[in-house]
Amino acid sequence: MTSRGGLGSVTPRLELRGISKSYPGTIANKNVELSVMPGELHALLGENGAGKSTLVKIIYGVVAADEGEIRWEGRPIAVHDPASARRLGIGMVFQHFTLFETLTVTENIALGLEKERDIRRLARRIEETATKYGLALDPSRYVHDLSVGERQRVEVVRCLMQEPKLLIMDEPTSVLTPQEVERLFDVLRRLAAEGCSILYISHKLGEIMALCQRATVLRQGAVTAQCDPRRETSASLARMMVGSEVLAVKRPGEHKEGDEALTVTDLVLEPDDPFGTRLDHVSLNVRKGEILGIAGVAGNGQTELLRALAGETLAPRSDTIRIEGANAGHLGPAGRRARGLAFVPEERLGRGAVAELSLADNALLTAYLGGNVAAGMVQSGAVRDFASAIVKSYNVVCAGIDAEARSLSGGNMQKFIIGREILQQPRVLIAAHPTWGVDVGAALTIHEALIRLRDAGAAVLVVSEDLDELFEICDRIAVMSKGRISEPKRVGETDIDEIGLLMGGLFEDKQQAVSHAAD
Amino acid sequence: MTELTAILVSMVLSATPLLLAAAGELVTEKSGVLNLGVEGMMIVGAVVGFGAEYNSGSAVMGFAAAAIGGALLAALFGFLTLFFLANQVATGLALTIFGLGLSALIGTAYIGKPLPHLPLLDIPGISDLPVVGPLIFGQDAIVYLSVAVTIAIAWFLSRTRLGLVLRSVGENHEAAHALGYPVRRIRFLAVLFGGAMSGLGGAYLSLAYTPLWSQGMTAGRGWIALALVVFSTWKPWRLLFGAYLFGFFSIVQLHAQGLAVPIAPEFLSMLPYLATILVLVIISRDAKRIRLNAPASLGKAFRATA
Repeated sequence: MTSRGGLGSVTPRLELRGISKSYPGTIANKNVELSVMPGELHALLGENGAGKSTLVKIIYGVVAADEGEIRWEGRPIAVHDPASARRLGIGMVFQHFTLFETLTVTENIALGLEKERDIRRLARRIEETATKYGLALDPSRYVHDLSVGERQRVEVVRCLMQEPKLLIMDEPTSVLTPQEVERLFDVLRRLAAEGCSILYISHKLGEIMALCQRATVLRQGAVTAQCDPRRETSASLARMMVGSEVLAVKRPGEHKEGDEALTVTDLVLEPDDPFGTRLDHVSLNVRKGEILGIAGVAGNGQTELLRALAGETLAPRSDTIRIEGANAGHLGPAGRRARGLAFVPEERLGRGAVAELSLADNALLTAYLGGNVAAGMVQSGAVRDFASAIVKSYNVVCAGIDAEARSLSGGNMQKFIIGREILQQPRVLIAAHPTWGVDVGAALTIHEALIRLRDAGAAVLVVSEDLDELFEICDRIAVMSKGRISEPKRVGETDIDEIGLLMGGLFEDKQQAVSHAAD
Repeated sequence: MTELTAILVSMVLSATPLLLAAAGELVTEKSGVLNLGVEGMMIVGAVVGFGAEYNSGSAVMGFAAAAIGGALLAALFGFLTLFFLANQVATGLALTIFGLGLSALIGTAYIGKPLPHLPLLDIPGISDLPVVGPLIFGQDAIVYLSVAVTIAIAWFLSRTRLGLVLRSVGENHEAAHALGYPVRRIRFLAVLFGGAMSGLGGAYLSLAYTPLWSQGMTAGRGWIALALVVFSTWKPWRLLFGAYLFGFFSIVQLHAQGLAVPIAPEFLSMLPYLATILVLVIISRDAKRIRLNAPASLGKAFRATA
């Protein structure tokens, strides 16, 4: 005698039994068991590289499992490709969007639907679905004109139009402002109430505790725990995820105001890439002994600003960018390095390091000042010592300093690049997404190193999309939106909500109002 | 026929092989594959088409064989680049060299043999009108075919679902794969189509433009066709315009040489190339338009396992 409504009596909508998948050199999934009930908001939790993405790709038919069984509503099934997954009623929103920039919203959605052939009728249906769930979307716009948040809406609407029974969301909030996250959660809750199961993948504990009813935790490809996240604390969830006690970064000490180290005055730059962002009168200054954070949703001019600061793109006037008071706008990257600037770029391979070169050679790429080169000759002993020092102090997992850069995982490469720059003791450090893709322990190492550098009197500029990170390490936070930058706020005097509103672009109106008043 | 009419009619003749080959390559490139072997596929089409018509006596057989010959060579390219992930640029260049050699080998038997001209459209009354008569109502069937195919491609790419899928594969093959589209199969078909069209273009040279076979008779037209695809920023309508522009300058410079214009003939021979490059450069200045129409995955190998 079981009650009809009880979860125990219902067949799981999706059940995974003993799923394993290995790639040469790594095991992505090891004997994974998972079940998702109808209408359940189920979290799949794990660090970067824990095997979450591989697992959902198996469910969605993008990747084939080596072993194991997938059951759908009680029956064993084989998902050969995404089309058959969609026919079953599985929809997926990818972490890296599967959108086509040069097509319109309607065309993009048409590609994801097999039935609808009439484009005009489809456009109407898109508007209906979008309105129903409160997601504003213009079907006739081109995707390259949309903001990242709007692009995600396209993906979500595309899934919703297939009326899925299971919706997989892979790290959906990494590109959203906190307010957009709330709106997305409302949509997901409503879907779940309508009976759709949600498999929600994330490494952000707060979101999972706020949204999900059940969580499956993955570590190194295997399931390590099942729990109800609403009854856990972030510390206990983190422990399940990482496997050991997670230490918090010591909050930065009192901030001593130093001289201006990096100053940008009214920088205006047209983008090279036609889909890039125009830098619109950007001004900022970073003082010695402080960490300035720049928050913002990707694609709001951060890339362009980083390149302008590094010297990849030269400033229109030499006094637009000053390093320790001296004009540097006309200097290329080497000239700026000579002035004491160091730089951790966004792309690890390609800008931060050369994939085919060894770690030792990569160390030399930016550390050619100091003792590594004498009279034009490379001092290979010194270079090797330097590379070994990076590997040792930043705990870089690699096959030695002769290993090619591309053989390292993204997180380890990041540690190596950060280490290479910090060990050169720069007077100004610019770091883009310093902990993107690295595990919790390494993130802690990197955060502490940045704070030590600041305490030693250097100026540090951190560009990141991770607000938690910025609030943890920064003294002041500014926000970039549509190529503009906001007035920086002291961390003690602001909160995530305010920064989130600025990320949505609210400060523009205020600035416009000011400039109108001045007219 | 007046001088002007003669120039315009020969402009169309000279543009047609370019238009055929370029329209095929446009479809190939829109799917994300860069096949630099157009010249090789054209010349193979030229010799195979010539041989087929010479032996069967049927021009239809000639063009059909040329299309198949071009497609076979393209299939070789497709297998190497799509399934064995060979580099597209190197394979395409090799295909051109291979095609030139192969056609010379096949063609030894046909050197100096003549073929009849293709029949021209003749509508009593209308085809005799001044200028428009011969220009629009007095051409051979392939000229009409080349224009019709170009228009059909424009319609296919912008209006049909399959055209949308083809564009999506060329734009972002990872995303297309994730959505469940058979990236390699679509690309292979696009490559075959490109090969068949190049074959037709080559055959137009050896069966209609100058109905005889001579070694290396494509004379770099495959490269011009490739340039035209870029010049048109992957838009069929501009391709039509570009092909006729090039054809026009090729003929004008010939007439200028005939009229003994006081410019060295060497310089006049450069005219079509210079004019095309000039227009190409002027049009290429709009980076946004190029970025919008250029297939973003062009020339990139696709591995299905990711």
